[in-house]
Amino acid sequence: MIKKEMIAMLLAGGQGSRLGVLTSKVAKPAVAFGGKYRIIDFPLSNCINSGVDTVGVLTQYQPLRLNTHIGIGIPWDLDRNIGGVTVLPPYEKSGESEWYTGTANAIYQNLEYMESFNPEYVLILSGDHIYKMDYEVMLDFHKANGAEVTIAVMPVPIEEASRFGIMIADENKRITEFEEKPEHPRSNLASMGIYIFNWKTLREALIAMADQPALDFGKHVIPYCHDKGAPLYAYEFTGYWKDVGTLNSYWEANMELIDIVPEFNLYEEYWKIYTKSEIQPPQYIADNSKVERSIIGEGSDIYGEVYNSVIGCGVTIGRGTVVRDSIIMNQTQIGENCELNKAIVAENVEIADNVRLGTGEEAENETAPHIYNHGLVTIGEKSVIPKGITVGKNSVIFGVTSDADYEDSHLASGKTLIKAGE
Amino acid sequence: MRAIGIILAGGNNHRMKELSQKRAICAMPIAGSYRSIDFTLSNMSNSHIQKVAVFTQYNAKSLNEHLNSSKWWDFGRKQGGLYVFTPAVTAENSNWYRGTADAIYQNLSFLKNSHEPYVVIASGDCIYKLDFNRVLEYHIEKKADVTVVCRDMPRGTNVERFGTIRMNEESRIEEFEEKPLQAKTNTISCGIYVLRRRQLIEMIEKAAEEDRYDFVTDILIRYKELKRIYGYKISEYWSNIASVEDYYKTNMDFLKPDVRNYFFKQYPDIYSKVDDLPPAKYNVGANINNSLISSGCIINGTVENSVIFKKSYIGNNCVIKNSIILNDVYIGDNTYIENCIVESRDTIRANSRFVGEDGIRIVIERNARYVI
Repeated sequence: MIKKEMIAMLLAGGQGSRLGVLTSKVAKPAVAFGGKYRIIDFPLSNCINSGVDTVGVLTQYQPLRLNTHIGIGIPWDLDRNIGGVTVLPPYEKSGESEWYTGTANAIYQNLEYMESFNPEYVLILSGDHIYKMDYEVMLDFHKANGAEVTIAVMPVPIEEASRFGIMIADENKRITEFEEKPEHPRSNLASMGIYIFNWKTLREALIAMADQPALDFGKHVIPYCHDKGAPLYAYEFTGYWKDVGTLNSYWEANMELIDIVPEFNLYEEYWKIYTKSEIQPPQYIADNSKVERSIIGEGSDIYGEVYNSVIGCGVTIGRGTVVRDSIIMNQTQIGENCELNKAIVAENVEIADNVRLGTGEEAENETAPHIYNHGLVTIGEKSVIPKGITVGKNSVIFGVTSDADYEDSHLASGKTLIKAGE
Repeated sequence: MRAIGIILAGGNNHRMKELSQKRAICAMPIAGSYRSIDFTLSNMSNSHIQKVAVFTQYNAKSLNEHLNSSKWWDFGRKQGGLYVFTPAVTAENSNWYRGTADAIYQNLSFLKNSHEPYVVIASGDCIYKLDFNRVLEYHIEKKADVTVVCRDMPRGTNVERFGTIRMNEESRIEEFEEKPLQAKTNTISCGIYVLRRRQLIEMIEKAAEEDRYDFVTDILIRYKELKRIYGYKISEYWSNIASVEDYYKTNMDFLKPDVRNYFFKQYPDIYSKVDDLPPAKYNVGANINNSLISSGCIINGTVENSVIFKKSYIGNNCVIKNSIILNDVYIGDNTYIENCIVESRDTIRANSRFVGEDGIRIVIERNARYVI
């Protein structure tokens, strides 16, 4: 009989709407990060590096890119005879069928998958954080404490604590209370959305709570277990952990990679991060170009100047173009004599010659100021920007645009130009 | 594809100088991210040859490491796959491969147990793109017994280290000389042959009976009147890397946009083993001109007209000019390197100076590296 000690369930179905047009066509875990990676590479690599070789990936929102990226799991060594990676979309049932209505509901709908591996423990992960973590150490902690549920927590500055789910633990790290986004936090231990459950506990809780609409771990399952008196423990994690839920935090996390010795170091020999590499040739840096404080992916051709930027694979940057403080994703082509400041340019974008992004005074974005802020210019995937266009700050462009879409070849700060269907 | 592939990867020669101490020529790193054998392997895979045998014997450690999985070239299928044959002691034989024909003879069961009617034989030390289906169609159309892929070399090329060929107007090969003292033509054999499997078995068995071991001198040249041997001319990029000068020149060719475009941007792709290295990183002080940089590199200094292979570290105030830095080299601060090939996994101390005065200098330092 198949027996896996611990299996992982990776929640990758969310849209991540605060990433704006970056997630219009792809699920957040499939968004590019750090030049050649996608966000989901981090939890998947953590799994295999921790010895967890059975991972169910729960998808729902725009799964195509995610599905092609994961495939049968070869890049992460998750192509296994028994276990490996399995993509789990919502499915139709003979009785009542529904989408995944909440994090725990998604897991509930896949009880059968988990059951088939006969696990002792189930690790619940989300696909939208950048971190390196040894889940085996967390499991050791879980076992040593005789816990039924262990929640990974992270100390955060107390003034920011009200943005998180906060755990209050005693001196033995046993959780006594918890609060969801409290106004006056009594602890600074924030939940990272990473849980280890005893399989029996999880199964019992999911079945008992099955009828709860939008069944959620933080809101329903954890309180249920706590109320039943199950021992809940907080596993404190002090390494690098970054939520890339907003455009600004996404931009910051990318920029941190270019420090001389970054806090999150991709160049360490052990704990490699794996990804699907489609492009293999080296990158070419031409005469009269300049590259400083930047990382660049395979097969890119740089003819211009690049400062403080993260450039993906297969990107071309034309002669005379200056790129500063920007993120440019795979296969984007940028013409000559352009200027990019604090731009996030998604995959397969075409920018013609003499385009300037991120110029002028800041102005609040007209349609979604909570998404497009901090002076960033965001360009959605497969967009086209014609010659000689100037674009202001806090602006967003998505879709194939032509001269007619701009007034005097200009898009003012804070403007939104979305031509692609949602 | 109705053919199986054989890659002759055993070879080594003194023209590679110190570079071949570490590895067979086929495992030589090329163009930043590849190894020589990737080109022939990818050509076979892209030609839909499903079953490929690699014959190797000289210092195959690097090559075996590189071929540890066949999935990178999309082999490893239920039908076919990638087979690596090194010499083995058997009841009948305890010799090394005494030549290319002997290598095939010692593994004749591979040929006998296959069912594909044709065989493509290629060497692993050439850099090119070729659809073997086109050669096979030509072979069938000419009703040839053996087809040899050949190429006219530009005047002034030292063709004496290749096999030279003269063909009649029908492309039938009339003269074939291996490494002639003085070449009469500038058409050379590219070391790629297509023939029927049964024909090959017959020729190889005959040669073995007569204690002859080399496929070119003992088979092709001796049979050139008896059998219909035809030449298939190619005109696209082709380069053999089996001398230090040619190895250097081939790598530098990849600095040219048309060569990069031909190999990297035009379909089909060349595949290599995936190394899972992070993107290349450029710190303050990096100054790069006309160079290829591979993934996993960290660059702090000046690099000009050079090819930097994977995972190399170049320290502050370094100057690297017209040089090739192979995989995983650490170069300490303030070092000056010009006209050199730096051997892989080497550690160059700070404040060093290496210049190839007349010709290319091969740098092998073998210093200890202290990893913090």
